[in-house]
Amino acid sequence: MNAWTSLFASLIAVIALVLVALFGVGAIGLDTLFGVVIPYIAIAVFVVGIIYRILEWAKVPVPFRIPTTCGQGKSLPWIKADNLESPYNTWGVIGRMALEVFLFRSLFRNTKAELREGPNVTYGSAKWLWLGGIAFHYAFLTIVLRHIRFFVEPIPSFVELLSSVDGFFQLLVPTVFLTDIALLAAATFLFLRRVFLPQLRYISLAADFFPLLLILGIAISGVLMRNVWKVDLLMVKQLAVGLFTLHPTVPAGISSIFYVHLFLVCVLLVYFPFSKLMHAGGVFLSPTRNTANVNRMERYVNPWNYPVKVHSYAEYEDDFREKMKEAGIPVDKE
Amino acid sequence: MYDAGKIIVGIVIFLGAVAFPFWYNAGKAATPTPPKLEVGTTEKQCVESTAYMKSSHMQLLDQWRDEVVRNGKRLYVSSTGKTYEMSLQNTCTKCHSKKEQFCDRCHNYVDAAPKCWDCHVPPPEKKQTARSTN
Repeated sequence: MNAWTSLFASLIAVIALVLVALFGVGAIGLDTLFGVVIPYIAIAVFVVGIIYRILEWAKVPVPFRIPTTCGQGKSLPWIKADNLESPYNTWGVIGRMALEVFLFRSLFRNTKAELREGPNVTYGSAKWLWLGGIAFHYAFLTIVLRHIRFFVEPIPSFVELLSSVDGFFQLLVPTVFLTDIALLAAATFLFLRRVFLPQLRYISLAADFFPLLLILGIAISGVLMRNVWKVDLLMVKQLAVGLFTLHPTVPAGISSIFYVHLFLVCVLLVYFPFSKLMHAGGVFLSPTRNTANVNRMERYVNPWNYPVKVHSYAEYEDDFREKMKEAGIPVDKE
Repeated sequence: MYDAGKIIVGIVIFLGAVAFPFWYNAGKAATPTPPKLEVGTTEKQCVESTAYMKSSHMQLLDQWRDEVVRNGKRLYVSSTGKTYEMSLQNTCTKCHSKKEQFCDRCHNYVDAAPKCWDCHVPPPEKKQTARSTN
């Protein structure tokens, strides 16, 4: 599919999903379907799907250690080895993985090649992708954690602390959360990057545009619900706590914008296990990251090695001893 | 399956994190019933409709604050045509006199932290408890 086709197909898909929720709740009044049935299905698909994908990956043997290294490996004692860039033990692997998972280190290495003056290619650091990515992920994490205030009763103190720090500047009423702005800005940046950079547009698929637009849809509907088309939070929390205590109740009269938000989140949950979003689990199962660079120090046995049938010389001699003797060939055993 | 030990530990951590709202609620015996409010008045009608007040009172109060403090206007004409004095202490808390049983119950339930009482004096709580025992 052409990049523009993918983009518009994704956009239409997200708009259609919004309309489905609006129509389903607003026009037909399927509150229970959108408020209880679909969320439960979405959570089940999310959990089972992710475990399934992880187990499928875990079934694949890794024939070699294939770490991608970018530092001095351990060799002679007087050469300083870099345990984080070329790990030589488990602690190195853990440290390297932590840097990757928490700080997106490999994105931080991103470089850009340019032909500036003349025939020589110039390489420069390019940190925008890293910045957009890390802002997006941490903002998303904070927002998910903040939502715990609707899910549980009483609210844990760390959630209250997080909300008060996030709303530190007390802009407007209700307070605008900084992570809401960060998420919207970062997701918009990541989206526009794919639209306007020709090389990126060329390799972008519907599977790249759809999750970005879906998450933007979730963020926009959430901000609208908080700051513009207000909903009754008491009823929203009643519905959410009902779901999580397995006593689902659907209070009548929650406005449709809430169901749009909830439905888009459900779609994201269902979509998650079958998409590129599984990089969340995949990063831990990447052999280029999670193996140590110790090929010369420790033997690595290919797990799919099977016992090879061999016929040794001693057995061969046992088979043909008499004939060998007759022919005058020397034998080891008489 | 290879590295079964590590995979299972990872899956258990994932399940624990995703199921947090389920086991946390189960441990606290939470119920989906929202808190009951005590208004502290016999008045039936607030400044605007109940649904509007429930979802948007903070925006109305913010608007009132701006009108009074910045524009010096003190009178609010509601959508029904009645005129009210824009004052938290003289209008709002005249009816909603039980801060703990009214404001705080909802605000604590959804962790909304209003800034009203940073400046304003909340209605006295002692009298309320004395009145409620009658």
